[in-house]
Order: sequence, then C-alpha cells, then structure tokens
Amino acid sequence: MNYRNVLTVCPYCGAGCNLYLQVLDDKVVGVLPAKQHVISKGSLCIKGWNAAAFVHHEDRITQPMARRNGGFEPIGWDEALDMVTDKLAEIRQTHGPNAISFLSSAKCTNEENYLLQKLARAVIGTNGIDHCARL
Amino acid sequence: MDEQILLENLRQAVADTLTRTEGVLALRSDHGGAAPHFFKPGDDLSDLVTAPRYPMAMILDTLGDAWPEARLGVVARGCDERALVELAKRNQVNLDNIEIIGFACTAGQATECRCTQPYPDALVAGEATEGVAEDPRLAELEAMSFAERFAFWSSQYEKCLKCYGCRNFCPVCYCPTCALESELWVETGVLAPPFPSYHMIKAMHMVGRCVACRECENACPADIPLTTIFSALYRDTAEKFGYVAGRSVDEKPPLLLSLSGTMED
Repeated sequence: MNYRNVLTVCPYCGAGCNLYLQVLDDKVVGVLPAKQHVISKGSLCIKGWNAAAFVHHEDRITQPMARRNGGFEPIGWDEALDMVTDKLAEIRQTHGPNAISFLSSAKCTNEENYLLQKLARAVIGTNGIDHCARL
Repeated sequence: MDEQILLENLRQAVADTLTRTEGVLALRSDHGGAAPHFFKPGDDLSDLVTAPRYPMAMILDTLGDAWPEARLGVVARGCDERALVELAKRNQVNLDNIEIIGFACTAGQATECRCTQPYPDALVAGEATEGVAEDPRLAELEAMSFAERFAFWSSQYEKCLKCYGCRNFCPVCYCPTCALESELWVETGVLAPPFPSYHMIKAMHMVGRCVACRECENACPADIPLTTIFSALYRDTAEKFGYVAGRSVDEKPPLLLSLSGTMED
C-alpha cells in the first residue's frame, strides 16, 4: 500500500507549469495541479491534466526501433546511435550541412536545448534548429 | 499561535488514528507548498500541514478503490467531509472504513471561500466559526437583469479553455464516462465549448451534489466564477426540497426522488 505525489514539470509546452504525479502502488495514476507554483498557481491546461497518460500506455515505445523488412524492429541503443551517426555523416558529406535540420523540444531542459543547437551549429554546421513549441 | 495549536492537535489525533488504521491521508509540506500524502504508522508527522487545500475526498476515493479492505484515516475540512458524505451516498466510498479527523477553517478562510459551513461534524482540532450566510456573489448576480446576466455568463464562458480542470479536480465528479467527453454534446477540437450547454451539463450534475469546496473555481485557468451558479443550486435545493448536500448520508438527492408532493411551490 503506497501512495505518493511527485512534483514535476509538465512535459508539454515551454510554459513550465508544475504538477504532481499521483503514484499509487508504483503506478502513475493521475495528475494534481501544484498550488504553490509561481507560474501555474494550481491550474493546468488539458495537456497538463493528461500529462501522465502516456507513462504506462501500451503504445509507448520504450526502446529504439529500426525500419526493416517493411516493419519496425527493436534494436539496441548502441546500434541505433551508430546508425544515426553514420547516416548524418553520410548526408552531410553528400548534400552539405544545410540538408540537415534539428528539431528540439520544449520538454527538454534549457541545457539540453543548448547542447542540441551546439551540435547543429558547431558539429554539423547548419542553422537549421527549431523546437516543438513553435509547431 | 492558534495555527500551531491546531497543528499540534491534528498531529496528535493523526498519531492516535494511525494506531488503528493502515494510514492517514493528509497534507505534507513539499517544495514551498503541500501535497496530499499517505502517512503510515511510525511516520514523522512534523511536516503535516493544512494548507493549501486539496480535494482530499477525491483522493480518498482513489485510494479506497485500490485498497477496498483497508481502513483509512483522512484529515478533513468541512467541505472534505461533505464531499465524502456525497460520495458515500453514491456508493463511491465506504464510510465504515474511513476515520475522519476534522478541523475547522478560520473565519478568514471561510470568508475567502464564501463558505456557509467552514467546519466538519467530526471536529477534533480548531474552533468552529460561523461561515457566511450566503454566497455574496448571488446577490450581485441577482441584481442584474436577465439580459445583463446572459451577457455576463456569455463573456465568462467564452474564456473557457476546455481544460476539464473543473471536472477533474471536483471531489464529487467520479463517472468513468463523462457527458462532457461525448461528441453528442461537446465537439472535440473546438473552442470555446458550446454555450451554454457545456457548463449547464456540469451545473445540472452539481444539483444536490456540489459541496461548495470551490476547488473547480480555484483550478480554473480562465478565472470563471463557476461556483456562483452552484451556490444558487445549493440554495434552491435547500429552499424547495429541504435538502443540503453533504449534510447526511441518509438524505437522498432531490434529482433521484419522484417529484410528486416534494415541491413546495
């Protein structure tokens, strides 16, 4: 018998509303607004209220998948990262850095977003960097 | 100082209750605020607090569904206790398994909530103060003409973001399938929701059920004064049917009764 509330930041947009994840017997069962938070002040939008919906969802992808033989096959992280690196290098070599764009996320931290633009600009050499909050 | 005495009394009562229950649902201070927490026997109670409010009845309903045999305690305000009564009436919680540790709200809190009964029956801490006689917003609303009132609600409901927060945070809303998610009544992907049906569906379901905890209104990102209408319903069911939501498990909601002979005018 276990019930606790875990304070976290809404994973959706960049506003950064805080919410509590209700954890009941080690399963995330719902969301409560965080009344003390300076931004959200105990309110949430429909996305925040459903921020936990994907956590235990049966359709959630929990490992890398590669498109092979007309379908998706689960692969290991090392293989997946090698594949991405090889393909990005090949595209850059053949078509130039501006053939590549990066799409970051409002769900990431500021620092993670900084690192992605660093990868785009300094490693690949493109200004093609944007994020999901502008979609 | 009074606050300190209240907290000490509550912690003592919770410690007592923990000797005969699996745990007690109460607020625990957390990151500059507080969150509902399930205190277990032996837990440190020094961080048990009373504010900010959360709909404890709603959470207790969730816990009771997961652990139907468990004996649970809950630290409750007047509105929490009333919500538990309404849920018990509708077979959502089993009061035989619940021990209520009630405390009174201060006069200031009662005024802020426009609360008519800021204390529970199971009062163990704090002193019961009289609430307001009636939600003062009702008089303001009734001073308006029909056209003004219609314009007022139109402009209020136009702000609705359809977050469903008023329903999600409501301690007495529990249906697994909700009329507000039915395409028949509410088209998906369209803002604002249909006026007035969206909010009137919610209001209809609050007749004889809303316990005036104000959580829906506090959770509303658009600051719509939702509970003004619920206050009117609360008053009308009291006047016409002698029914007060949350008062007693034995009082049956007027919407569930035959109308013959029950209306007084």
